Order: sequence, then C-alpha cells, then structure tokens
Amino acid sequence: MTSGVLNLVLKRLAIAVITLLIVLFAVFFATSMLPGDTASILLGQAATPEAVAGLRQAMHLNDPAILRFLRWLLGLLHGDLGTSYANEMPVAALIGGRFINTMELAGITTLLSVPLALTLGITAAMLRGSLYDRTVTILSIGVISVPEFMVATLAVLLFAVYLKWLPALSSVNEAHTLTDLVRIYAMPVITLTFVISAQMIRMTRAAVIETLSTPYVEMALLKGASRGRMVLKHALPNALGPIVNAVALSLSYLVGGVIIVETIFNYPGIAKLMVDAVATRDLPLIQSCAMIFCLGYLLLITVADIIAIMSNPRLR
Amino acid sequence: MTNLVEVRNLRIEATTDAGRVVEIIKGVSLDIADGEIVALIGESGSGKTTIALSLMGYARPGCRITGGEINVNGKNMAALSEKQRARLRGTDIAYVPQSAAASFNPSSTIMEQVIEVTRIHGLMSPEQARKRAVELFRALSLPDPEGIGARYPHQVSGGQLQRLSAAMALIGDPKLMIFDEPTTALDVTTQIDVLKAFKSVMRADGIAGVYVSHDLAVVAQIADHIVVLKGGEVQETGTTAQILSAAQHPYTRELLAAFEPKPRQAHADADAGTKELLRIDNVTAGYGAVRGDGLPIIRAVDSVTLVVEKGRNLGVIGESGCGKSTLARVIAGIHPAAAGDIVFDGKELERTAGKRSQDQLREMQIVFQYADTALNPAKPVEDIISRPLAFYHGLDRQARSKRVDELLDMVRLPRGLRYRRPSELSGGQKQRVNFARALAADPKLIICDEITSALDTVVAAAVIELLKELQRELGLSYIFISHDLSVVEAICDEIMVMYNGQRVEQITPDKLQAPTHPYSKLLFSSVPKLDPTWLDGLVRDPELVSQYGHR
Repeated sequence: MTSGVLNLVLKRLAIAVITLLIVLFAVFFATSMLPGDTASILLGQAATPEAVAGLRQAMHLNDPAILRFLRWLLGLLHGDLGTSYANEMPVAALIGGRFINTMELAGITTLLSVPLALTLGITAAMLRGSLYDRTVTILSIGVISVPEFMVATLAVLLFAVYLKWLPALSSVNEAHTLTDLVRIYAMPVITLTFVISAQMIRMTRAAVIETLSTPYVEMALLKGASRGRMVLKHALPNALGPIVNAVALSLSYLVGGVIIVETIFNYPGIAKLMVDAVATRDLPLIQSCAMIFCLGYLLLITVADIIAIMSNPRLR
Repeated sequence: MTNLVEVRNLRIEATTDAGRVVEIIKGVSLDIADGEIVALIGESGSGKTTIALSLMGYARPGCRITGGEINVNGKNMAALSEKQRARLRGTDIAYVPQSAAASFNPSSTIMEQVIEVTRIHGLMSPEQARKRAVELFRALSLPDPEGIGARYPHQVSGGQLQRLSAAMALIGDPKLMIFDEPTTALDVTTQIDVLKAFKSVMRADGIAGVYVSHDLAVVAQIADHIVVLKGGEVQETGTTAQILSAAQHPYTRELLAAFEPKPRQAHADADAGTKELLRIDNVTAGYGAVRGDGLPIIRAVDSVTLVVEKGRNLGVIGESGCGKSTLARVIAGIHPAAAGDIVFDGKELERTAGKRSQDQLREMQIVFQYADTALNPAKPVEDIISRPLAFYHGLDRQARSKRVDELLDMVRLPRGLRYRRPSELSGGQKQRVNFARALAADPKLIICDEITSALDTVVAAAVIELLKELQRELGLSYIFISHDLSVVEAICDEIMVMYNGQRVEQITPDKLQAPTHPYSKLLFSSVPKLDPTWLDGLVRDPELVSQYGHR
C-alpha cells in the first residue's frame, strides 16, 4: 500500500518536472519573440549602431536562442539563475528579497482566507437554503464578479482617503512595530482574501452539498447522527479531494497573479519585478520569475493531489 | 396498544422539480406485532420505501409527512421533534439499506461505522461495542469475524457488506428493523446466504421487521404478513400463505402470474431451426495488458463457442462478473475479441465493429440494460428512432416519420409518445423505445443485455411477451443475456450457463430440472421459489457452495 503511494508521488513529481521544462521553454521563446531589443533599450535612444552591436556581442545576444536557453538551463543546474541584463546584478539577489515579500503576503493571506472560506463554505452547506446560506452565496458571487483592482481602489478610497486609518502604500521596509505591520498588510491582505475566498467558499459548499446527498449520509441520519456529525464525520472526509484542489487553485493565484494588488499598493513583490523585467526584455529575470511561479503552482497542485489520494482509502 | 407498530391513515406529499405537490402516500394503515416480519411489496413508485422510512419519522428531501399517525413502540413518530426522532433512530428502529455498497462511508473503516450507533447514543463503551460487533459478525456467518472490521468498505464483497449493514442495524438492539430491498443488488447464490443470515438473527432475538421488496418469492421466505401496495395505497393485506394461495386483488394476482411458468409454443416454422445464423468459435477477450501470446491478462471471456440458429433464441445466464456482458460486446464488435472467429450469416466478421460493413452492422443490433443511459436524454423519441432509419436505410424525412409510427405500433406504444423525451417516459416505455431503435435497423439478430433487470416483475413480463410476438412476426433471433433464470427460461430455446468467463453447460429449458454441471446445479437451485418453506428446506452441497459461492 505505502509503496503504491510512493510510486504515485514519484510519478507526480516526474510529471511536474516535465511540465516545468515545457513552461520554461515556452516562456523563453515567447519572450525572445517580443519586439524590441535588449541592447537598444539598455543604451537608450542616443546609442550609436556600433555601440548597440558591441553590447549585443558582449551579452551573447547574437547567439541562437536555443543556445542561450540551454546555457541558462545549465547554469540553473549549478544553482545559478543567471545575471540580469538590465543592471548586471545576479538574478538571485534581485529576486531574493522580493520573493520573501511575496511569500509573506501570500502566507498571511492564506492563514486568514483558508479557515474563513472553509468555515463559511461548510456552514453554508449545512444550512442549505437558509437565509444565511443565501447571503453567503450572493456575497461570494458578488465578490467574484467585482474585479480586484476595483476592490483594491475602493479599499484605498475608504480606509486611506476618507477614514485615514491605513496608509495607501505598503512600504514593508518602514515597518518597525506590530501595529505598523498590521497597518501595512491590512489592505493588500483584505483585497486578496476577498478575491481568493469567494471561489473556495463556493467550491467547498458545492462539494459538501454533493456528499450530503449520498446514501451513506442518509444512513448516518437513520442511525440517529446529529447534523454536525453527518457533516464532519461523513460528508467532509469524502469531500476533501475537491476542496483541497479548489484551495490549491485559489492559493496558486497568490504566487503569480497578485500583480494588480502589488501595483496598486506599491508592494515590492515578485510579480511586480517580473513585469518590470518584461519592460526591459530582461530574459534571465523573466525566466527565473516564470520558473518560480510555475514551481509554486506545481507544488500546490501536487500537494493537493497527494492529500486527495491520502484521504481516499480506495486510492491509498 | 397491542401492536409494536400501528400506522393510521398515513399521508405523505412530495414536491416535484416543477414545484407541483403530489400526494404519494394516500392514507395507508398497517400493523406490525412484536417479533413479526411484515413485507411491503409493490412496483417501483408504489411508495413502499417511503412508508418504511416514515416509520423512522424520516421523509426523503422533497417529501413531507402531512397526516396520520405513525405509532412505533408507543410513540407517534410523526409528532415528535427531529431531536426526539434522532434519539430513537438506531436504538428503537434500525435500517438496513438497499445498496450497502453505497451506504457505507468509503473513507472510514467498517468497524467504525458498525459501532457508530453506540457512540451516537452512548450505549456502551467502544471496547464493549467492538466485542458485540464481532459477535454479530459471527452470528451473520461473515468470514474472519475478528478481522473484517478493520477493512474499508471497498475491500469486502457486496454480499458481505449487506450482512455487515445488518450488523450495523442490530448493534443498537432495535425492536424494529427495516430492510429496504436488501438483496436486490445481489446474485442469487449470494442472496440465499444473506436471507438465511437475516432470518436466523431476527428469529433468535424476536425482532420485528419491515421487509421492502418487489420480489414475491424472496418475501415468501421471510415474511409473516404481506402488504401489497400500488400507487401509494394498500391493495391487499394478509398472511403470507393467504396472499400466495388466495390473492383477492387483481394486482396481486398479476404479480403472482408473473411467476407462473408459461408454456412455450413450439416453432411453427419447422425448418427455421436448421440454418445457422451466428457461430462464434473459441472466442477469448478480456481487459488489461496484452501478453506475449496476444491474449489479455484478465480474461473476461475465455474460449467460448456458441451457435445461434435462425429464428431461435439463445439465453446466456450467469452471475455478475461472469463475462456475459463482455460476450455481448465482443459479438457486437464493441469490445474486439483477442482470439477466435465470429461467423455471421455465413460470412466471417471482423472483430472490430468499425471494420464491419454497414449491412453487417445493421443485421446485428444490441439493446442495452439501462434504457436511461442508452437513450440520448436531449432528443425526443422520434429522433432517437429515426437515427438508424437515416443511417442504415437512407430514408427521407417523410418515410422516416411513417416508419417511426409503424415501429411505435410494433412495440405497443401510443404514437403520441414520439414527441416526448426519454425522461418523460416510464421505465417500461423507455425499454420499448430502446428496443424500437434496434428494430429500426431491420436486424436479423438482436442481442439483449439484461434488458428486463431494471424493470418491475409485471412490466418485465409484458416486455418478454412483446419480444416473443415480434419474433413470430419478424422472424428475429435473440441472444438473451440475463442473471434471471425465469426470464431466460420464458423466451429461450437453448440456455448457456457461464461461469468465470467460460461456458460450463448448454441445456434446453425442458431439462432445467436436471443440469449436469455442478455450477448450474448450484445456480438453478438458488433461484427463490414462491413456496414459503423453500429457504428453510433448502439443502445445498457445502462443497459446491465453497467451490462456486465465492462471494
């Protein structure tokens, strides 16, 4: 049995590595095809054609794309993410601090949103059809329908401009006390929680409701089980697979999709770094950011799959 | 209060998807004395399960108990609060579900679920409960009573699960047990073990029971009283002997008539049986990886040879998993054979349907078990029947429309049904449409895969009658696949018994009393008879049971 699980996990990991390679390949060539040339962007409009050609030569930009890709991949094997085209700094150093910032934001949002969403989803399913259920459902549909820049902008308007409770910008480096930290993180975290919770609430509610209509839950009822027992003991363990997957999908948004929130609150995260890198055609940086997003996504999905498998005795 | 259960003028309403309110139980009254088993019998939709569940004060979602009294052990279940009802469920009244396989939580061990009642109601300590459960497992003659509780539901067989669900019901020491068609999903050889186990436990502890079933023969073995239901009303009540020997109500008589063996008329066409229509030789097929010799690892059909003659019918009988449905799919070319020849109407057929000519496809049609899934739910009946008309015969719109009317006449359905969708038809009507679709191709051979097993006894008997009539009119041949011996016996000229993918015996219906192969003996002797003493008097060769009754 255990060897079966191990086998499955290994298979999953192998597929994840292959997916990662394909994504890296695609990102590299898509970026290479972007109009504009790194050397001319770096040197500015006043650059002479000779200077541009010289820089191209020095940066190996004249080599075939596939060669540059393989060179970068080889470096990766040694733990070297390459050097940024734009400012000659190691990519690892550029990403380092930003990555931690993004992870902090993602971590805090996860800690807040997952318990909230699961509680709301499960209770809504338990009280299906009640006023409470309908309120939760309507609110979560409403939140899905409102774009996040709208939520973020409204939050800034309300809390920063009118109420003046919170700062409009989230400058992490200025945080010294706990109150500062809460004030800085409050708005981005609230906005992100809004965005990712809605989907989790809806999926959790749907998955629990579906298992609540199975014969084994009816059987539990006919054994005299209370409503709580039916849900927690019989419905929830069997709804875990879909719920974990919904949570993973929502959380994966926190790794790569937070660009809008990072921009609005001027939060120094990794998504913002990548967009800046695209503007300068900074291939090694784009590539490394893409790899991190992809890894984060694969990690979440793989963990979700493994939890789903472990929770099902038929697959275990 | 003399009886354990006294139901008076029970009324239950259901709200349909369209929001209409219909009364599904229309004033039912019934009594159950202490230690007595009462059977509720009737076709699907007669309200038998609804009544049984109402004894626990429970109505399925969408249903509502609107009137009457349900007195169980001196308490009116209809008037209690949900909390008070929950206290009685599992302790006073226990439930054994129709499909134990679906009623066990797949993510929790069997022991955990069997003793859950004692946890919910705080009846005894978990150690005591486990001890009691093992005693019950032993009483229900389950294999490995000490260890079976540690398994998960998917790791034991259907027959064992059904007995385990009885243990789950018995652990709360109930005064009344409700059995909801507990053996319908089981094979006949397994059904006997389960019935015997139920009966001995109920008798030993003097527990009263409600036994819901549509199978009169099964009910005859276990019930003291029988209540016959139709359309949410009691048609007739009596002791088992009264109902079986002197039924008053026409519906009860109809039910009984379905059990009487019908004399088969000899074929008028004397030379019909001389020509070979289909011959398959040493056909092997299966699933899984293919081995070096070109055969699959799991052989569902193993070197089967059979012959169907023109205008005659071959029955294929066996338990679930014996390979009979795979055989049908192999002959039709849906599941290509791995080895062997299929000769149809004098010509060798390709193994895959895709490579057969259109005429070959047309002449051999297959009718599937579940009309529900075989018919496209989005299309009206006329489109479903027209499709083969356009595909095989290239008829234009007008000719198709005319032919649809003829086909509906043939299967004895009103022509007006052509505009309806499958969801607006009853089970029997759907199966007739399913059959009309096969007839539309103008076939020589129709493979019927369990086409009556999803139907009620009376409806199934009517479908069989129809098949016989059509055979006389159109000179068809049938391959009739079923697990139900009485159905096969009613229509087939030859019967092939399958076990574990192999053909074990081929006999004619008149020799059914004296099969030669030991498995056929076990199978035929396991079919319940209307005689109430049948189960108690049944003596089975233990060696046979251990060899073949593996479930």
